[in-house]
Amino acid sequence: MYVAVKGGERAIENAHAWLAEERRGDPSVAELSVAQIREQLALAVNRVMAEGSLYDPDLAALAIKQARGDLIEAIFLIRAYRTTLPRLGTSVPVDTGAMACDRRISATFKDAPGGQVLGPTFDYTHRLLDFMLAAEGKMTPAPQAEPRDEPMPRITGFLNRDGLIEEEAPSDETPPDLTREPLEFPANRALRLQALTRGDEGFVLGMAYSTQRGYGRNHPFVGELRVGTVSVEMEIPELGFAVAIGEIALTECETVNQFKGSKTEPAQFTRGYGLAFGHSERKAISMALVDRALRWEELGEDNAGVPAQDAEFVLSHADNIQASGFLEHIKLPHYVDFQSELELVRRIRAGAAADPVRGAAE
Amino acid sequence: MGLLARAPAMALAELWAGFGAEPGFSWLRPPETGAVMVRGRMGGTGAAFNLGEMTVTRCVLKLDEGGAVGHACVQGRDRDKARRAALIDALMQTGRAEDCRSKVLGPLAARMEEAGRARAARAAATKVEFFTMVRGED
Amino acid sequence: MQMQALTGGFTDTPREAAIAFRAMLEAMARPGRIFDIAGATPPMPLSIAAGTALLVLADGTTPVHLAGAHDAPGVRDWITFHTGAPLAARGEAALAVGDWAGLLPLDAYRIGVPEYPDRSATLIVEMAALTSSGARLTGPGIETEHRLSLPEIAAFRTNRALFPLGIDFFFTADARIAALPRTTHVEEG
Repeated sequence: MYVAVKGGERAIENAHAWLAEERRGDPSVAELSVAQIREQLALAVNRVMAEGSLYDPDLAALAIKQARGDLIEAIFLIRAYRTTLPRLGTSVPVDTGAMACDRRISATFKDAPGGQVLGPTFDYTHRLLDFMLAAEGKMTPAPQAEPRDEPMPRITGFLNRDGLIEEEAPSDETPPDLTREPLEFPANRALRLQALTRGDEGFVLGMAYSTQRGYGRNHPFVGELRVGTVSVEMEIPELGFAVAIGEIALTECETVNQFKGSKTEPAQFTRGYGLAFGHSERKAISMALVDRALRWEELGEDNAGVPAQDAEFVLSHADNIQASGFLEHIKLPHYVDFQSELELVRRIRAGAAADPVRGAAE
Repeated sequence: MGLLARAPAMALAELWAGFGAEPGFSWLRPPETGAVMVRGRMGGTGAAFNLGEMTVTRCVLKLDEGGAVGHACVQGRDRDKARRAALIDALMQTGRAEDCRSKVLGPLAARMEEAGRARAARAAATKVEFFTMVRGED
Repeated sequence: MQMQALTGGFTDTPREAAIAFRAMLEAMARPGRIFDIAGATPPMPLSIAAGTALLVLADGTTPVHLAGAHDAPGVRDWITFHTGAPLAARGEAALAVGDWAGLLPLDAYRIGVPEYPDRSATLIVEMAALTSSGARLTGPGIETEHRLSLPEIAAFRTNRALFPLGIDFFFTADARIAALPRTTHVEEG
């Protein structure tokens, strides 16, 4: 027997009101502006844009404020917002080779043309808390040097010239779009890359780490990591040509991986690729490692049966909005489901008490 | 159009205000905010894939005087920025093109170039200069 | 692109599109009944009703096929500017527009697949006039029967036999629209 109930509107309204108050925190402390979040919590903004799959720093900053800093909640808000936008078109694929680089490093070639440009990195900090920031110490301006207008060619291009790395054949085939068609398996590389770039950073990082620890080892080197801005161009149908419609910050990682060769391919290096909105190095490197692990089949490698080689496992679980939606729904009322379980357990116990032998056998 | 699309809305608004009164126009397509799917290429040079969307606002208008049509498709959700960009696009087809170039587009390009140069200069200062400590043969 | 291509869209898009969409929804739900629909002023030979229907249904993800005399530069540019829909051959089209003779043969259009019957084409058939007379229509959405001045009978019977696959139709004349989904039985009047 169960009783259907309704109610809770007032409790929900009051909960929302209290949420708004808690969001604001102590009113004697100055309120954060969206612009402050955008400028001073830029890496959080980047993550929300990458996983929310919508490049708009102001919106991402607003979402972070509304979500009280819960980035997955903020990503949820962005994902919900983007569904309200009409799709005005598709960009020409961005040319990351022409990126205005803030940062560009290679772990494979010390003397790469264009050099090793560190950019604003945490890499060489000592990870000691800086109490000057708590004291709101004044900022010393960053030193400047004469920019050299030298090209920064792709590192993999050097290997490509000698045929030492697999060729990346350009193609303008329309890639599948998982925001339009549900994910289907087998998923081609374009679909996998889309799922990974909007996938949860922690999940993709964990998967990448598992390959490094031996679950599908593929010996990656960071051939090149670049962070900077690229121009986005789109074909305008009524004009009949492509124009720049804006500029976005991107992080790109190309890994160079060892490959022994197969029956059809000579020994050469292979590639993994990561590309993410904003300055998101951990994400881009993780993505490149997982991309490479998922390519085992097309490269004719053995299936080691590890999680990072299993496209269905990786792609079905990479999305933190899908995951948290399903996970968190179990905290909502399941009174009726549970009632039936409860009755089942009681019946089994009652049966066992009445007939201990039969009850135990059931 | 590309310059206007990338331009910071504030800078454009400021320079536009200095240009004088806004010319009369009618909408052929009122400002509309939507998303454009941004594509990348595997390995930077290979097959295309969908990276994620960006917000874009577009509009098309026609000047009352002369009837020149101006198009705009600019990053973000700022309708005023889209309107100004379309007006400038239209004015560039009229006798006021030179005026527009010298008072708005020129200074805008200079500001953006300066901002880009300032970043490039900071990046250049973080370029590693290697020097050899020991050259070993054994 | 000619000036004409840039004009003739909705002036108050959210409102006009919602009203027109409602009319089309009603038309599909009540096969054979004729509804008023307006908002667009498209270039010839597109009717007001067909132009409005295109503004409502077409976007960058719906390939449009222009049949017969409707495949005119003015129409192409107008659709491109106002909807962003790519133009396509019959076999790839989600939407097709033209007069009946131009649209034939019907077996060239997509009818969907068993897993996704919705991956089929919707045809917008331009008519000289639409009247509640002629073919007898029965089936879902029709209490007893309706009459509609269809261009023929056999083609719609063949299409009905494909159910749950098949093509759906709108018929347009001037600023009026009627629909014939694949579920409707068609007989001689």
